[in-house]
Order: sequence, then C-alpha cells, then structure tokens
Amino acid sequence: MAALDFEKPITELEGKIAELRNMTSSKDFSIAEEINRLESKAEKLKVSTYNKLTPAQKILVARHSERPHFLDYVKGMITDFTPLAGDRQFGEDNALVGGLGRFQGQSVVVMGQEKGHDTETRIHHNFGMAKPEGYRKAIRLMEMASQFQLPVLSFIDTAGAYPGVEAEARGQAEAIAQSIDSCLRLRTPMISVVIGEGGSGGAIAIATADRVYMMEHSIYSVISPEGCASILWRSAQQAEEAATALKLTAQDLKNLKLIDAIIPEPLGGAHRDPSEAISSVATQIEKGLSELSPWDSERLIKRRQQKYLAMGRV
Amino acid sequence: MNWLTNLIRPKIRSIVGPKDVPDNLWQKCSSCEGMLFHRDLAENMNVCNHCGHHLKISVAERLDLLFDGAYKRVDVPSVPQDPLKFKDKKKYTDRLKEAQAKTGEKDAIIVAEGEIGGMPVVVAAFNFDFMGGSMGAAVGEGIVRAAETAVARNAALLAIPASGGARMQEGMISLIQLPRSVIAVRMVKDSGLPYIVLLTDPTTGGVSASFAMLGDIHIAEPGCMIGFAGKRVIEETIREQLPPGFQTAEYLKDHGMVDIVVPRKDLKETLSRILNLLMNRTGGLRPKGKIGNASPGKVTNANGALFGGQNRSSFAPHTTTVNQVDPANDRPELKESARVTASQK
Repeated sequence: MAALDFEKPITELEGKIAELRNMTSSKDFSIAEEINRLESKAEKLKVSTYNKLTPAQKILVARHSERPHFLDYVKGMITDFTPLAGDRQFGEDNALVGGLGRFQGQSVVVMGQEKGHDTETRIHHNFGMAKPEGYRKAIRLMEMASQFQLPVLSFIDTAGAYPGVEAEARGQAEAIAQSIDSCLRLRTPMISVVIGEGGSGGAIAIATADRVYMMEHSIYSVISPEGCASILWRSAQQAEEAATALKLTAQDLKNLKLIDAIIPEPLGGAHRDPSEAISSVATQIEKGLSELSPWDSERLIKRRQQKYLAMGRV
Repeated sequence: MNWLTNLIRPKIRSIVGPKDVPDNLWQKCSSCEGMLFHRDLAENMNVCNHCGHHLKISVAERLDLLFDGAYKRVDVPSVPQDPLKFKDKKKYTDRLKEAQAKTGEKDAIIVAEGEIGGMPVVVAAFNFDFMGGSMGAAVGEGIVRAAETAVARNAALLAIPASGGARMQEGMISLIQLPRSVIAVRMVKDSGLPYIVLLTDPTTGGVSASFAMLGDIHIAEPGCMIGFAGKRVIEETIREQLPPGFQTAEYLKDHGMVDIVVPRKDLKETLSRILNLLMNRTGGLRPKGKIGNASPGKVTNANGALFGGQNRSSFAPHTTTVNQVDPANDRPELKESARVTASQK
C-alpha cells in the first residue's frame, strides 16, 4: 500500500512486525511477546495519528489512490446495478457514472463520479472530472427517478468539473446550474455522500440533497486549496495554510451545519479496510432513507429548499 | 544651472509627475488603447467611441440607464460576516472593510425595484468593484431577497451578474449560495414571472454555474467574458492556446447559451420590449400604479401592489405551484405581502 508521508512511522512499525513474524518460529515466546508489544504500539500510533489529522493530511487521505471509489461502493451495496449511458443530446460521459439498481431491495437511481484506480481506468473516467454531458445525464436520471418514484443516491468524488475548451463550448456552467435545479425539483428522497473529494460546483451539481453525509476523512470545498493559495497567497506553496483556512474537513462542515452527518472510517482511513468503509456508508444511507420514508413529494421538495435557504443565516 | 535642468529636473519629474494624462479627464480604452475624454465616455455610456469596446460601468450608472425613472433600493437582510474567521495574507474582515469603504456598500450586490418599459422589475445587480463581485452569503441573500420581492410585487426579476465567481473567503458557505440562488430563481419562475439575466463582464465560476445560466432569457453585453472555468486553469489543463474569442458573449451565443448580444445603448429598449412582450401580453394599457409606495417586503393593500392587481390577474393567470417556498415561513415581515399575493391568485 502506498504510504503517505505522515504514515511512515506506522508503516515502519508494521514492517518491523512483519519481519519479526518471518523470523520467528511458533516456540519463540520472547519474539512473540515483542510482536504483541509492537502491534499494540502500532495500533496506538494509528489512533493518535488519525485522530488528529491536519486538514492538509486529510486531503492526502481523501485523494488516496487506493481509497474505495464510486464503483467499489456500487459493487459493495447495490444489487442488479444497471448502468445507463448518455445525455440523449451529445454523448456519454464516463466520469459521471449512473444507473438503476437496488439498495436493500429498494429500486434506486445511483450515480457518482468515478476517478478510476489505474492509468487505464483513470483515463477512461477522465479522472472523475465530468463534462456537461455528464451533468445532463445526471439530470436525465433524476427526472427518471421522479417519474418512477425512485430515491436517488449520489456519491461525490471529484476534483471538480472538467475545465476544457469543449466543456465550455457545450455549456459547462449551464449544465451544472440545471443539475442543481434538478436536485432541488426531485420528487423523491436524495442522499449524497462525499466519499473522497468534493470539488466545488462539479460536486454540488449532484449533491444538493435532503441528506448530505461526509466520510470522516473526506473533504468538500469551494476551491482546491492549491487554487486558493495561488490566488490569495499568490503561491501554491501555501496550500497547507489554505486548506486550514477553507474549513473543508467533514468535522468543520458539520460544525458549520452544512452537512448532516459524518460517517466514521476504519482506523487509518477507508483504504485500509474498504469493505468496512462501504458497510458504514450503507448503514448511514439506510438510516437516512428510513428518516425520509414514506415521503410526500411536495413536502420533500419544500423542506429541501427550506433547508438550503436556512443555511448560513444568523 | 545646466546640470540641474538637464539631469535633476527630469528625474524629479519622473518621480512626482506631472502626469501626461490626468486621471480624471482622460482614460485609455482597455481594448484599443485609444484615448477617451471623460465627457465623451459618459455620454457614450462608457463604451469606447473608437472601437465600441464596452468598459465597466458603475452599478448606479447601470440602474439609471435601465430604469424608467426613479427606483427604490431594497434592503438586504444582514448575514453573519466572516463565518470562517478567514485569513490569508490579510484578514477577510479587513478586506471587507476596505471594499465597504471603497464602494460605500455593504457587499457586492445591490437590489432595487422600479419600472422598465412601464413594467415592474426587481433588479439584482453585482458590484464588481466589491471584491470582484464575488458571491458569498450576503450576495446569496440579496438574490433570495430580490426574488422574494419580485414575487411579492408581481414583478419581473432582472439579474445583472458581474462576478469572478464564489467568494473563497467564505469557503463552503459561498458554495451553498449556488443552490440558494437557484431556489430564488425557482420562486420567480414558479410564480409565472419573467426571470431575465443580463450577462456583463465578467460572469464566471460559481455565479455562471447557478442563477446566471437559468434565465428565461439571456442577454449579454458585447465582448463580455462568460464561462465556468478560468482561462488560465483551462490552459494549464489542456496545455494549448485557446481559440480566439473564446468565452466571449458572441462565442456563447454561437454555442446556444445566450439569446441576444445587445450593445449598451440598445439595452433599455430591448429590455423594455421583452418585458412588455412577456408581461403585457395583450398590448393593453396598464393602469398606472405608484412604484415603491410601500417599504420593501411590505405591501399594505392589494391596490398598493405593483401591476394594479386587476390588470395582472385578468391578463396573466397566476400558475399555482406546489413546490414554491413560502418566504413567509421564515420571514415574518413578509407574511403580509405573501397574503396579498395569495389573494390575487
């Protein structure tokens, strides 16, 4: 597993433990004791490290390449997943994947940005950066959800909407604006989970929901700390400072009452135990859906709008 | 004396002036670099008389240009300032104070009501001089208030963005202004009232990705910059030169995102015509009502409402909507006006 800089003391310990394990025979009690001692030390170190990650460190965890991505969550909690393609206007966008499926027996629309896990899949999914056709596909799926009374689950993991000439030419801004409007007009419950990186307009386009949850070590921000630093500090070197100032961690955003709940991650981050992370998310989604069901579409829409109107007021 | 006149005097002059071009009288066109005399410029609505380039115009001038006559400012409720206690090289509170001192305004948005072409209109105009017109909680609140006022007055909503996008110093609070402004637009649309966007230079980032791209009609000033991602970000991503005219009003029109590109001198006439086409549908004369005889958010009786109640209800069936947010719920002061609108339905 690719170790992050601040994880080095932990991985060094784990390396030592593995070495000792290789050396020892089952009869050697003193070495077994030493292994136990080191293991509890490693555990304590993990707890103390992960309990006080700085915002900059959280960004590294949130962007960790081995962190479970959208399709891992689909695989882990959605049955009968049937991906649907295309915006019926221009094309298909593999950065924003979506379709039909079942969550604990209930038919749902599920969608999210997929970053990919190796060079080939990353290029295929355009690193999770959607173009207008991706957001227009999301709009199409949300309209389908309204028509067939299906709740919508969205998973957010993107550095942002794709900044490119063709994306601008096809109306990236308009597509995002319409997608936000679609979220607000959706006639069924919508739950959004920030599983990694929530990058600005490209994220909120499919995350204006009845319930917005964030993974313990995920981030959600109006601008990347690198971008913020280069504009306000005039140097990308200040990204760490910007990360702190932007208040982009799940904990900060819960305090600001901008999200509804934080989903705990396995010790040491979701990438250390993806299946545990996925099942925690499923538990929280189940809780959210049961809070919102049964639903009355008019009331649901009204409450969703009032929730956003009330945000940030005195 | 020679060394003094030849050497020292030019040096002093280069330090302290006199300047070749006095600031207050002459100005250079930012496009063709032609010299513009201040009086010509004012007469020409801040449009370069050499090349037709549309220079920036102050909000006050803009409103004077568009409204038929007098207009009334609508108060925007205060929001918590500096919710994140943000500090970069400077404290956000200091930046706010500076911008307030510079502009004499509380934040980057001005809401006003009046008539354009005889039609009642609420205008939400951005002030680019206030931190680049960036959108934080105060601006979002301004758009919501503008929409609520438009609905209460049976008026059209005209948004005039001039903004670099979301206000970074408010972090995620600024990002949630995207859905909040979209809700505002929805209130107006669901009431069957026109929502028109006049795109001005620049309209980018979170502002373009929300209310600014959701108009019933999109009008843009010639040459203004409209887009989602900044040019530099795009160039860094694709590592190539951008096509000429990229992200201009004309480019957006060619790509189906803008209805009409209108020179500044024709704006009032175009807006008047469109508002009349949408609101005065049978071409009948509208009984003259007084504008702004009630303070914002307070309409004392049905006759005090703009559009004279009767004319409006007989010409324009008010679509009853289901998912419209009732502003009276969290705004007690709006209760009265909401009742008036309801009785007109």
